[in-house]
Amino acid sequence: MQQTSKRVLAIAMGVAAAAVAGVAQADTSDSRIALSNNYAGNSWRQAMLRSWEKVGSAAVADGVVAAADAFTTAENQVTEQAAQIQNLILQGYDAIVINAASPDALNGAVQEACDAGITVVSFDGIVTAPCAWRIAVDFKQMGKDEVLYLADRMPQGGNLLEIRGLAGVFVDDEISAGIHEGAAENPQFTVVGSVHGDWAQDVSQKAVAGILPSLPQIDAVVTQGGDGYGAAQAFRAAGRSTPLIVMGNRHDELTWWKEQKDETGYETMSVSIAPGVSTLALWVAQQVLDGQDVPKDLVVPFLRIDQDNLEENLANTEPGGVANVEYTLDDAKAVIAEAM
Amino acid sequence: MNAVLLSPRVLRSLLPAVSLVALLAAIFYLQPRAMSYLGLNLLLNLALPIAFATIAQMCVITVNDLDLGIGTFVGLVACIGATWLRDTPLLGVAALLACVAGYAALGALIHLRNLPAIVVTLGMSFVWLGLALLVLPTPGGKVPDWIRAVMTFKTPGVPFAIYASVALAAIVHVGLMRSAYGVVLRGAGGNPRSVARAGWSLLRTKVTMYALAGVFGVLSGLSLIGLTTSADANIALRYTLLSIAGVILGGGEFVGGRVSPVGAVIGAATLTLAGSFLSFLRISPDWQIGAQGAILIVVLALRVLINRLGTRR
Repeated sequence: MQQTSKRVLAIAMGVAAAAVAGVAQADTSDSRIALSNNYAGNSWRQAMLRSWEKVGSAAVADGVVAAADAFTTAENQVTEQAAQIQNLILQGYDAIVINAASPDALNGAVQEACDAGITVVSFDGIVTAPCAWRIAVDFKQMGKDEVLYLADRMPQGGNLLEIRGLAGVFVDDEISAGIHEGAAENPQFTVVGSVHGDWAQDVSQKAVAGILPSLPQIDAVVTQGGDGYGAAQAFRAAGRSTPLIVMGNRHDELTWWKEQKDETGYETMSVSIAPGVSTLALWVAQQVLDGQDVPKDLVVPFLRIDQDNLEENLANTEPGGVANVEYTLDDAKAVIAEAM
Repeated sequence: MNAVLLSPRVLRSLLPAVSLVALLAAIFYLQPRAMSYLGLNLLLNLALPIAFATIAQMCVITVNDLDLGIGTFVGLVACIGATWLRDTPLLGVAALLACVAGYAALGALIHLRNLPAIVVTLGMSFVWLGLALLVLPTPGGKVPDWIRAVMTFKTPGVPFAIYASVALAAIVHVGLMRSAYGVVLRGAGGNPRSVARAGWSLLRTKVTMYALAGVFGVLSGLSLIGLTTSADANIALRYTLLSIAGVILGGGEFVGGRVSPVGAVIGAATLTLAGSFLSFLRISPDWQIGAQGAILIVVLALRVLINRLGTRR
């Protein structure tokens, strides 16, 4: 009896699911979307591809789109990706989602795609061709948000240590500019030291250990991601009290934070870009194909982890990986509405 | 007649063309959409800059040297083309001429000091890359409109890239394989001593071939930005190895003097198509480089087989 009722329930749910899918099934059920990716050699990109695979195959199963295939170039080279995009045009995809090797040098191939009536959506590594959509990351805002959080947490202000990323990369300049802008607007904070941690825990630990003896008391550390755990280790090795360290969603950082939270009630926040942004691009492409009015420039929401949702996010993060979130069609609609 | 057709020499020179046709047929079978003007254009337009780079490489291989800097040189040209050539055409042209002169000087240096070309050109590859970064520190710039117009010109019948490739192959073939001085140039690579004894200046042949390599490198860079519309210092790093593979695939050999301009252009097209073919087959990118290598090995193995056939007779 119970068996039967379960089956009935399952059928009912199946019907309901089909009905929901039916709503989303507009003009895009025949559309094929391709992902053109230039690099797959780190955990962030691997997670990005897995998210695409997961959400893409679900979208295909639900009949929202006909195909969502991922292509990665064999080498991280502009000419390879240009050829790849031209091949995708030939393969008759309706939309091409791009994480680009170069912001400018793919514009010729992107223009070919646009001329062939193909929707081009770029994300993370965006392209500047005017006919393409861009889902960019506001790294400057990310840096500023860190200081705003600190202003909230410690209204009395204090000394900040800044850990920067890889010198010469625009992401590093942007985040740092945001941090300094935030500090300028909140004069109770002073950036007393700045080191380059190259977004790597070991480099950060060495860099922080090197500068610490010359610094006064540090109240908080502003970071760029991939460097918070190393900074914490350096503070401990120097025998200093652990300041508030802003984390960057890496598994080791979240694990350390969880340990401190359980032991001493340590409070901080963590912010970075989720690799699942590829799925946001997928839905944006679907919305464009659906005939929706989508602005050309969209902004990726940050994935922010706070004290109360730490455990949940840590459980969903693979060891050695980055906290991830897969976006839904509704998330994409919200992002689009915000940019209107 | 039959014997002539089946002679190893003819078979050998036909091999590059046969590989190209086979690959093209396979692509048309996999993706019938490619069998159109637009399709051929998308498949082959990126082959033209590679063909220019391959011919540049062939010039150097002709005099029994190897150029490991052509990829970054093409990148430098692309950066100059997308910045100075557009904003201040005079400065741009002067800079490109200086690039060619630099290549010629490289040939003189290698000959006079008797330096290994591999080392010199590898060293120069870093110089070219550094200069490119100085000209264009971050990717960008814009191609001059006339280059874009030439590269996107809609020729009747078949796409521009095919006309240009055929013209390139024909011109270089006549110059290097049919002209009297062409024989001397090839001889300078194949048997430098006898060419020198016959009273020809080896320095002059080296400088000529390196200067020609520079000219074709410039053409490669300009045609590349004509397609991409803007430049990036790292845009053509792959061209170094692609150009060497193209020359060898097209029937050239590392011994100097034994080259085939027509084969080199076909080799460049074959390499470009091989990438598309593998992508249409949906081979995982992890395997693509290996598969590309496998295609190369198959063609070269066929060549060895034909050679062996010849010696047996």
